[in-house]
Order: sequence, then structure tokens, then C-alpha cells
Amino acid sequence: MNCKGVIREISDYIDGELEPPMKQELERHLQDCEDCKMVVDQTRLTVEIFCDSKPVELPTDVRARLHDALHRKLHERGN
Amino acid sequence: MLCATLIQPEMRMQPLIWLLKTLSASNPHRLPSTVARDDEHLLVAAAKRGDTHAFEELVSRYEAKIFRLTMNITRNREDAEDAMQDAFLKSYAHLKNFQGDSRFYTWLVRIAANEALMRLRKRRPNQFSLDEPVEGEEDLMPRELEDWGPSPEQRFAQTEMHGILSEVIDNLEPDFRVVFVLRDVEELSTEETAKALGISIPAVKSRLLRARLKLRQRLDRYFRRGATN
Repeated sequence: MNCKGVIREISDYIDGELEPPMKQELERHLQDCEDCKMVVDQTRLTVEIFCDSKPVELPTDVRARLHDALHRKLHERGN
Repeated sequence: MLCATLIQPEMRMQPLIWLLKTLSASNPHRLPSTVARDDEHLLVAAAKRGDTHAFEELVSRYEAKIFRLTMNITRNREDAEDAMQDAFLKSYAHLKNFQGDSRFYTWLVRIAANEALMRLRKRRPNQFSLDEPVEGEEDLMPRELEDWGPSPEQRFAQTEMHGILSEVIDNLEPDFRVVFVLRDVEELSTEETAKALGISIPAVKSRLLRARLKLRQRLDRYFRRGATN
């Protein structure tokens, strides 16, 4: 596998979805290619950082309007 | 003695909410996500039976995450708020159709994503399409690689990091952004993402690959060793 092949498969590799022979081939390439190893590590970290990002607190005014709308809807259905 | 005589008035009014609050009362912190997932079906079942407080509990639990999702897709606060509100109202109106073959949250994400996409399409009718094929592979090859150093995520304060992530995702093309948000932020599976967006699994995978590589490239500006913040 060459560098282009690694880039093509990088997403499935990070997700653990590569078939074993392909995975072995990719990992053999990573042993000898510092650049590809860096791209794999940095792409994995990119996914982790976004995945771990906490939702910001809902702004008070947005929350108030949401619950007002909900209250009207639930009350209307309740009657 | 009959147990009913021991039941407090608030227990009779909202037994499920009372039970959940009692269970969490000993721990002032939020319930761990595994517990939140475990009791979700109880809340949904109660809401289906007409327990409005159970539905309100579901809304309180997920409102911040759903707002993050609609903001991430629309990148417009007014549209994000409308999409979130309509998503909760529609999920309540159609709750009887929810069969429970996925988590309620996943079902809610699908509704919210569609509400957000509708608004995005309206605002950018000629700039956003999930039907068009993605470009070739050549532009994906990273250039000028540099080490990010140890734990770049710890070099920034939380608010600073939030600003960086917001900026880089803001500049991502909408059709890549939507797929990335559903897969990597909301953690839907490839199949769930494809179903939510009405596109094929290979289309999800090719957009996800490009989104991840483009985001890596843009974060590189901030994270590379010696970068000036």
C-alpha cells in the first residue's frame, strides 16, 4: 500500500472497519512512513476532540422560548 | 398497611419523575450517560401514555445537544433555534409512531437534522446538495506536515478550544459538515447517518473521509508545534 492508499482508507482504519488483510497492509506502511503515521494520529485526534466536545449551555432566552412553545403544545393536547 | 397510604402526593402525580429524581438525589451530579440511556425508554413509554412531565424531562435532557446539532448544521442561531423547537414539537406529535427500534435520542437527532437541513437548503439553495458526487482524491493528500506536539487539546482553555472548533467547522462545506456532525459529534452509525440524510452508505463514507481530512488540515494551523495562538 502506498501513501495515497493510506489516505483513502484512513477513515475506515480509524473506525476499526478495515478487513484484517487490508489493516495489516496499512499498518506495515505506517511502520515505514512517518508522514502517514502523523496524518493517521492527527486525524484520529481531530475526531476525538470533536467527539469529546461538550454542548454549550443552552442560552437562557432560547430555553425559555422552547419551553413556552412546548408548554402551549402540551397543554393544547392535554385538553 | 397498604403501600398506597405511604405514597406522597407528588409520587401519585408524577411517579416516574419522582422515582428518577429520588434515584439521583443522593448524587448531586448529572446521571452518568449509561444510566441516562437505561431509563430513556421508561420516560418515552410514560410520555407515550400521556405523561407530559416525562416528555419535558426528555426535552431538558437533550435540549443542549439538539441545539448544538442544529447550530452545527445551520451555523445560524435563528434557524438553529427554530429547527430545535420544531424538532421537539414534531417528536411529541409523532411519538406514537416511534417504535423503539432505535434509541429515542437517535430518532430525535434524525428529526432535528432534517429540520436543520430544510432551513439550510432554504438559505443556501444553490450551495448545498447531498446528491452531487464528491470530487476526486488528489486534493486529499496532506501537505507540509508538522508534529502537533503532546496533547494539543490541553494547550487551550475550554472556551478557546470551543472557538477554534466552531471556526473550523463553520468553514467546512455544508454537505461534509452535516455528515461529520452526525457521525463524529452525535455518534450515529454510518447506517443511521445514511438513513437520516437519505443518501447511500458509500456517500456517507466518502464525505466523512473528506470532512475529517479537511478538519485535520484546518486544526493544523492551531495545533502544530510552535503555532502562535
